[in-house]
Amino acid sequence: MTLVLLALILWIAAWWLNVRLANSGLSHTQAVRFGVPLIFGLTILVVWELVVRGLAVPLVILPPPSQIVARIASEVPTLWADFVQTFVKGALSGYVIGCVSAFVVAILADRFDFLRRGLLPVGNFIAALPIIGTAPILVMWFGFDWQSKAAVVVVMVFFPMLVNTVAGLQETTAMQRDLMRTYGASYWASLMKLRLPAAMPFIFNGLKISTTLALIGAIVAEFFGSPIVGMGFRISTSVGQLALDMVWAEIVVAALAGSAFYGVVAAIEKGVTFWHPSQRG
Amino acid sequence: MKSFLPVLTVVAAIFALWYLAVIPMNMHAALTTAERGGAVISPEGAAARRDLSGISLAANNSEHIASTFNQDRPRLPAPHQVARELWDTTVEKKITSKRSLVFHGWITLSATLLGFAIGTGLGIVLAIGIVHNRAMDMSVMPWAIASQTIPILAIAPMIIVVLNSVGVQGLLPKAIISAYLSFFPVVVGMVKGLRSPDHMQLDLLKTYNASNAQGFWKLRLPASMPYLFASLKIGIAASLVGAIVGELPTGAIRGLGARMLTGSYYGQTIQIWSALLAAAIVAAGLVAIVTLIQRVTLRRMGLS
Repeated sequence: MTLVLLALILWIAAWWLNVRLANSGLSHTQAVRFGVPLIFGLTILVVWELVVRGLAVPLVILPPPSQIVARIASEVPTLWADFVQTFVKGALSGYVIGCVSAFVVAILADRFDFLRRGLLPVGNFIAALPIIGTAPILVMWFGFDWQSKAAVVVVMVFFPMLVNTVAGLQETTAMQRDLMRTYGASYWASLMKLRLPAAMPFIFNGLKISTTLALIGAIVAEFFGSPIVGMGFRISTSVGQLALDMVWAEIVVAALAGSAFYGVVAAIEKGVTFWHPSQRG
Repeated sequence: MKSFLPVLTVVAAIFALWYLAVIPMNMHAALTTAERGGAVISPEGAAARRDLSGISLAANNSEHIASTFNQDRPRLPAPHQVARELWDTTVEKKITSKRSLVFHGWITLSATLLGFAIGTGLGIVLAIGIVHNRAMDMSVMPWAIASQTIPILAIAPMIIVVLNSVGVQGLLPKAIISAYLSFFPVVVGMVKGLRSPDHMQLDLLKTYNASNAQGFWKLRLPASMPYLFASLKIGIAASLVGAIVGELPTGAIRGLGARMLTGSYYGQTIQIWSALLAAAIVAAGLVAIVTLIQRVTLRRMGLS
């Protein structure tokens, strides 16, 4: 009980500190801006640890963070193998294939106005559907290994990417296009020099949405059948064995991989669309 | 109306491609059955045909192409087979029957709606807290944004099993996953919306001596509606995905996700496709309803 009380006190103290920091004159400095969420996150972890220990919550319901960390440390080779199978082979290859093919189709659709007007509503519609449901079918077609996971990822990222790219290619104003025409620019010149750069913020928006979708697709597809390695496989079997610390370890890896993937794409975006108002702010 | 013809063309092209793809996908199985029935197939024996592509087989045995559209357990069912299965399992069966897709669809839909209501409610409450409390904004908002990059769906099996071991079963575990998935889009969208009134408008209210509550009800909340509806559309689609995925890990026997899972266990491809199509119809219906509410609300408010 003392541990729970300690957790409560700690929570109140940390919250009080955050309120003081947020309302102080320093609240616009970088340190405070990073510090406040950091304190909040750390408090949650410590409170979680204390409450789980204090109330003696069984391991099969919620393992304490320290145990999860210990599990991660002791299972590094397994986690790495799962990561390579699911992320590098499944998600990443599917992501590249899906995004590149969506990009090519978007360029084609943009060339022909008829195709664009037909594809955009259909693409928007399909992007809202539970595409993850195609996973059992694709697993049946492409086998249990990473190829089927990559296929699921391709289907999942294709339409968001397509819709965003097509929308982005519409971004130029009539004035800008007219200027290109007065320069005597060909279709390709105006595409490469004006319309693609203008579409970049939209394209990167699609790429960023797709990072999360790719990881979700690769993991969920493994629930429908996989070789005996992979994050989705490990999660579903560890849940079956009630080894919840292993499940949490995989979730931590998935969260880190997802954030890092997103971060890399966002960093590339920052380099490519440095001219856009949202990046200069 | 201008895009009616192009959309129709694209949809027709998709169906045409689908029908064309059925031929090579099912050719092997169709030829094997035909050979068993006594027909003469050009490379004899299923083993000899295994490495040949479906297209070349179809070219050599063109008289058997028709049978690829009527396989019992096709690798890729033809659209009319899926449509017939959908018709059989929705209209012809009683809704209470275990084989009725309406029955399974309702199971999934009820979890979706419950989860969506919970997730949206909590999301709006949290967003209001974030907008009005600086400390909360600074500590919670970065995590809410970061959580969007995390494959939350991976957590679904664990939630189901853990709640099961505590004794919570049935609708609620699935609804919690749905709620979780619709929660963050709503928080992020609603915060953006509640912040959308510009300084001029906020200053005007200040000159009226309006209280914080009045500012909220009369300016911030109405201004946030377009943003809220945009996130609701994302949220309801995500909720449905959550409910479907929530049915997978426990080997549930009811719901659209369960139909897909049992279909994939027993090789009942038509069943998977019909469940998939049913899920698509439900998703489209839900998004359409939200869009309709959005249109009516925004028109009444003069925002559209």
